[in-house]
Amino acid sequence: MKLVYFAWVRERVGKTEEEVDVPASVATVADLVRWLTERGEEYAYAFENETVVRAAIDRRHVKPETAIRGAREIAFFPPMTGG
Amino acid sequence: MTATIRIQAEDFDVAAEIAALSEGRADIGAVVTFTGLCRNEGGRLAALEIEHYPGMAQAEVARVVEEARGRWPLSGVTVVHRFGKILPGQSIVLVVTASTHRRAAFEAAEFLMDYLKTRAPFWKREHVADGSTGTWVEATEADDEATERWR
Repeated sequence: MKLVYFAWVRERVGKTEEEVDVPASVATVADLVRWLTERGEEYAYAFENETVVRAAIDRRHVKPETAIRGAREIAFFPPMTGG
Repeated sequence: MTATIRIQAEDFDVAAEIAALSEGRADIGAVVTFTGLCRNEGGRLAALEIEHYPGMAQAEVARVVEEARGRWPLSGVTVVHRFGKILPGQSIVLVVTASTHRRAAFEAAEFLMDYLKTRAPFWKREHVADGSTGTWVEATEADDEATERWR
């Protein structure tokens, strides 16, 4: 599964993207965030405010309770400031 | 309905986009245009840098345009959103809507902007005149609230 990061989420994690092997117990986006925060300080820092970081699965906005099974690309980013 | 959606670094020509949208269309009675510009912020800002999610930006803007189509009778829509370095005074985003009558064109343009602000995957970073590290612009509650009125 490919993870991609944008804006200050990317800066805190220290990577633009990475490939991860996620255990089956990690079922939802919220589970994935929790799993990531346990991997290192940089992730804990990026996701320190659980309600702020947004996610997209295969380029579509998703909620934290969305299942990640079958996802090819999951993106994490701050609230958008386009327009 | 013709929809033109472009995500690009280059500046755009508003008059050319309007002409492209309305050319040869006798049924169009109203064309509404919105241009979003980079403000100067009282001389504090040197530039805005816009990051985007290349794979998703086009798709998400298309989804928002599709929703506008479902709500209003539109003859055409054009959305152009820039990324990269934008100087104060330069254009960031263009929304053009065309319809038989003006109400649909006005409302759809406003709807599109409200939704682009909250759903399109772009992130602005300020580069300040004194050269210090740019801070990320924060999303506002006002923008989220703006989308509420279309529910």
